Amino acid sequence: MKCIALLGMPNTGKSTFFNRFTGASARVGNWPGITIDLMAAKIPLGGKVVRVVDLPGIYDFHGFSEDEKVVRDFLENNQVDLLLIILNGAQLERQLSLALEARQLGLPAVLLLNMADEAKRAGITVDTEKMAAHLQMPVVWVSAKYGDGFKSASSVIAKALAASPPTDPAKLRDNLRADDEIEAAMEKIMDEAVQIPKTMPKSMTASLDRILLHPLFGLPLFFLIMFLLFQFIFTLGKPMQDGMAWVLAQARNLGLEPLLASVPAWLQGLLLDGIYNGVGTVAAFVPVIILFFLVMTVVEDSGYLSRAAFLMDALMARLGLDGRSFVMLLMGFGCNVPALMGTRIMRSRSLRLLTMLVIPFSLCSARLQVFLFLITAIFTAHAAPFVLFSLYLLSFATALLTALLFKGRFSSTEPFIIELPPYRLPTTRQIILRAWHEVRHFLKRATKFITFGVVAVWVLTHVPGDVPPASAGTLAGHISAVLAPVLSPIGIDAQLSVVLIFGFVAKEIVIGSLAAVYGLEGDSLMGLMAQKLDWVQAYSFMLFTLIYTPCLSAVATLRNESKSYAFMWVSIAWSLLLAWVVSFVFYQGARGLGF
Amino acid sequence: MPEPKLSSLHPGDSAIIRAISAEEGLHHRLLALGFRIGKEIHLIRRAWFSGPLQVRIGMTEVIMRRSDADKIRVSHQTTR
Repeated sequence: MKCIALLGMPNTGKSTFFNRFTGASARVGNWPGITIDLMAAKIPLGGKVVRVVDLPGIYDFHGFSEDEKVVRDFLENNQVDLLLIILNGAQLERQLSLALEARQLGLPAVLLLNMADEAKRAGITVDTEKMAAHLQMPVVWVSAKYGDGFKSASSVIAKALAASPPTDPAKLRDNLRADDEIEAAMEKIMDEAVQIPKTMPKSMTASLDRILLHPLFGLPLFFLIMFLLFQFIFTLGKPMQDGMAWVLAQARNLGLEPLLASVPAWLQGLLLDGIYNGVGTVAAFVPVIILFFLVMTVVEDSGYLSRAAFLMDALMARLGLDGRSFVMLLMGFGCNVPALMGTRIMRSRSLRLLTMLVIPFSLCSARLQVFLFLITAIFTAHAAPFVLFSLYLLSFATALLTALLFKGRFSSTEPFIIELPPYRLPTTRQIILRAWHEVRHFLKRATKFITFGVVAVWVLTHVPGDVPPASAGTLAGHISAVLAPVLSPIGIDAQLSVVLIFGFVAKEIVIGSLAAVYGLEGDSLMGLMAQKLDWVQAYSFMLFTLIYTPCLSAVATLRNESKSYAFMWVSIAWSLLLAWVVSFVFYQGARGLGF
Repeated sequence: MPEPKLSSLHPGDSAIIRAISAEEGLHHRLLALGFRIGKEIHLIRRAWFSGPLQVRIGMTEVIMRRSDADKIRVSHQTTR
């Protein structure tokens, strides 16, 4: 009895084809040379009864996976009269290799291009005659799912079967010997030279995981660790920030002021009060930001982020996201832009878009500067870490709320499988490189956005020159008068509203331009803020800053990564709306309660 | 009786992978992580609230959702 073997890559509809081709007559059977069972059926074909065997799906003949070995062993021990190679017609650029390998091995074959319907929908056409000439084997389209093309396929197969000589297992064994030798050598080396313990020794990683991934305490521990890290940054960062601000003030008083004494007053105002104070106030935060990134680098490289993904996936799954989305949110704490680009690892577009929609709510280091400034100015040293931590929690809460509201529009079934690396400590070199990278990033932003924004705000608040700076008569005063009906219900006054407009470009501008508006810096600016704002107004302002669009770069990245202006506008509109609503509820609520 | 799913193992159980019925992309990912038929797999822990599973295959530790672990059939479990 002649024997036909069915071969193809996994998930090409091979089994569907087999079932339709053989009817329901298939049964499991043993075969020489292999240890696992294969499905086979006897069917009438071209007036004779032939046997059809369904081989496991493989990617190539020479691989060393279990299935590839099974196929090799089968062909080396069983005479086959014809090989039916089934490929996905819509993925030929990847799968054609299998047919070419069969030809190279001298196996008699017929090539079946399956999923004719999908290929047709994708606009793929194949000149089967030309392909057959190249491959030196018949090529036929079929649709295993709908049964199209089976009649012509059967006659082609019957004809090929009658014409082709059976395979010679001994000769094939010679051709495949190299592969078997590699397989045997690999096994021998692994056996003799490499020792893999059956049970892992009680490693540091396993012990740490037992605590950090504890089903009950894992999550609270995660939040505690995060809180302690932020407390650490805040406590250590404060004196560094003060020191930097002092250095910058001295440079102004002792160096720049005498140097610029002879230039016109308006230019001196622009250069010193505008640009120097503005950029300087932002620059005072650079040490804290470096410290922040040092800590982030240690956390990222430690392997703890993948553990966070494990801990949060159950919650994330219910919000239509997955553990990786949560890791991206954490990465967004540094900067939203790389986090947005990091979503490229997701294959499902819906999951990716939903993740990109929530990342902008992640409290990035630029917003951190605004909050550090205002919190230091307005709250006591004791309350400060808690106020900051509450903003981090709100950052999460708004992200999760957004996912919950939008998950219906972006549903996906993307698998969630990631490798869990052992815990590692990063090298000093890695940490320093990373910190340097962040400083460079800041300097780039400083020269581009921050200077521009600070100058723009200074001009708006100082033109025309015959009214007091930042008063109702200036350009800024007119703009804030227009915005007042929207922004005064959330406690944001005229000067702050101009600042918010430029905060859209980059959040660092917010404090930089506060300095420019008032011509003050460092402690004196903080003192003025403390006078001007009570804590309710300040918190409302921070809420709005936290939630509305992160910055122009993030918006541009959102557009580039999603390739959709509509998506970008949805993101901007939603964050503005949510920012206003949250601030409004907080401000009016707190005022209503008598604060 | 069909072989049990990977997701039905208990923490501490070891089993042999018997079948992987995943779609193209997932299949590739699993292959890349070392999931092969005949390999031994060890379930380390399960997160609460139907969260993911942590498994070890060879020297690689992997976390995966239960719905994805459902697509992997294993031999009857052996408890160590």
